[in-house]
Amino acid sequence: MDKVWTLILKESRDGLRNRWVVMITLVMALLALTLSFLGSAPLGTTSVSPLAVTVVSLSSLSIFFIPLIALLLAYDSIVGEAERGTLTLLLVYPISRNQIIIGKFIAHLFLLSIAIFLGYGAAGLAIAFSAENGFLAHDWQSFIRLILSSIVLGAVFLSVGYVISAAVKDRSTAAAIAIGIWLVFVLLYDMGLLAILAADSEQIMSGELVKWLMLINPTDSYRMYNLTSSNETALLSGMAGLSAEHTVSNLMLGLIMALWVVIPLGLAGFILKRRQI
Amino acid sequence: MDNIPTIRLDNISKQYGKHFAVRDIDLAIGQGECLALVGHNGAGKTTLIKLVLGLIQPTNGQLSIMGNSPQHANFNQLRKDIGFLPEQVLFQTNMTGREILTFYSRLKNANKTEIEPLFERVDLCDAADDKISTYSKGMRQRLGLAQALIGQPKILILDEPTSGLDPLSRQTVYSIIDEVKNAGATVFISSHALTELDDRIDRVAIMNQGQLVALGNVDALRENIGLKSIVKIRVNQADANKLIGHFPAFFDNRNEQKNTVSLACNVKDKVHLLRDILMLGIQLQNIEIDDPSLEQVFMKYTQHDEVTQKKAVLHG
Repeated sequence: MDKVWTLILKESRDGLRNRWVVMITLVMALLALTLSFLGSAPLGTTSVSPLAVTVVSLSSLSIFFIPLIALLLAYDSIVGEAERGTLTLLLVYPISRNQIIIGKFIAHLFLLSIAIFLGYGAAGLAIAFSAENGFLAHDWQSFIRLILSSIVLGAVFLSVGYVISAAVKDRSTAAAIAIGIWLVFVLLYDMGLLAILAADSEQIMSGELVKWLMLINPTDSYRMYNLTSSNETALLSGMAGLSAEHTVSNLMLGLIMALWVVIPLGLAGFILKRRQI
Repeated sequence: MDNIPTIRLDNISKQYGKHFAVRDIDLAIGQGECLALVGHNGAGKTTLIKLVLGLIQPTNGQLSIMGNSPQHANFNQLRKDIGFLPEQVLFQTNMTGREILTFYSRLKNANKTEIEPLFERVDLCDAADDKISTYSKGMRQRLGLAQALIGQPKILILDEPTSGLDPLSRQTVYSIIDEVKNAGATVFISSHALTELDDRIDRVAIMNQGQLVALGNVDALRENIGLKSIVKIRVNQADANKLIGHFPAFFDNRNEQKNTVSLACNVKDKVHLLRDILMLGIQLQNIEIDDPSLEQVFMKYTQHDEVTQKKAVLHG
């Protein structure tokens, strides 16, 4: 375990020194603040809490932004080291290939968590202090859920990124595949599903099947988790109309996301083990 | 040197599709021995090194490193006793030399106090806290060598350790190799710098097209392949005639302008020939002796196409 810890320290320091974290945190805070203030402006003094609006806006932003950052952090991590020759060297040391993946994962997740926590946290605090009526406890709950689930969303795409990085031979291919994966999960998958639904005029596909097809995509699970986190967010996002039979328990959503972390991570370790060095 | 081989390869082959990168290699390297692996680019040297390091698995054959198979689950524990310098390694440029060595020494659970002496050994004390981006190529290579020496390895494997280095850095590398070898470690070195290796190694393994075409100590290989030592003598014309008349069997050539006569003899007969020349009583103006270099031995062994016909494995 001390070897994994050594790797975590090195990777974290590397990320901090590259100003990755600073950059991502600033961009996230800026976007979050902009979205929050612009998003809550039209509400005036309605009963809807500005933090609920922020949760809805930020979760939509996160779906695009966090997978992209996570993939950018991860795509290079194995193949980049292979190209520099440091992977060969690392593998000669008494550290297993699984330990390498786990060490990198924890370090990158740590970096991503700092960025999300500081970036979104700054926005949350700014809104809290500027709100007229103060915040209710459940507002905060939704907000904390947003931050935590965003970290899990990041973890999903870090894992997927390592699969790409362990499998390909050069960095440019890894980058291209990472962008492709991002497009599929964030845009194309839902569009494809919509197209199928539109074509399926005779309703061959049951509502249940469509729901699960959608939730298999971790970004959709993430969206569902946050948009239904409170009555207010559900109302704002149009999820309130969802009938009880079509809602999915948080546990199930959490499980889907957890599987999306664990399975690709295991797969990345498996691929790295078989990789010709 | 005891006789238990630290590295042992029995009939090792590595195949990629139909292509053999390495074929039927038998090789045993003893403790405290320095063996040089030489061969053209693409001869299979790096593949062989990767096999020995357990980075890739052989298609056929048995491999034993310090008595263990690299495929065995416990082999990871033995890795702390292996030092390796890859042919090309680009350390992260935003880290300092000290951070790099600290990172690798932690992975080996090596003692922290080892780091400073390592910087001294590779002559990088003044640059230890500078970023790698400010290092020259020679400095980076020496840092790589320091990395390989972490934890006082029992096996040191160096892939082209002196390529692209200036003469001073080369000397540093070679003197470190000597030290490590004298301390009892096994040194396995792949190199193109044949002339420099000549008298630093115990044995040489020559590879061609994935196969071992020669293995033995350099002198034995020289003898085996029939390369001659050249004795070049500068004398006046009369003495030159006398010399040629006395040693017709050894005569190689004569340069009238430079007043030199060249005699060619087997490496082992060189001393006898010199004694005989001195006993002739002629007035020698100058004498030069050229032994066949490792480079010539290498060229001779690798210039033939039919590798299998040339397979000459000596145990010297």
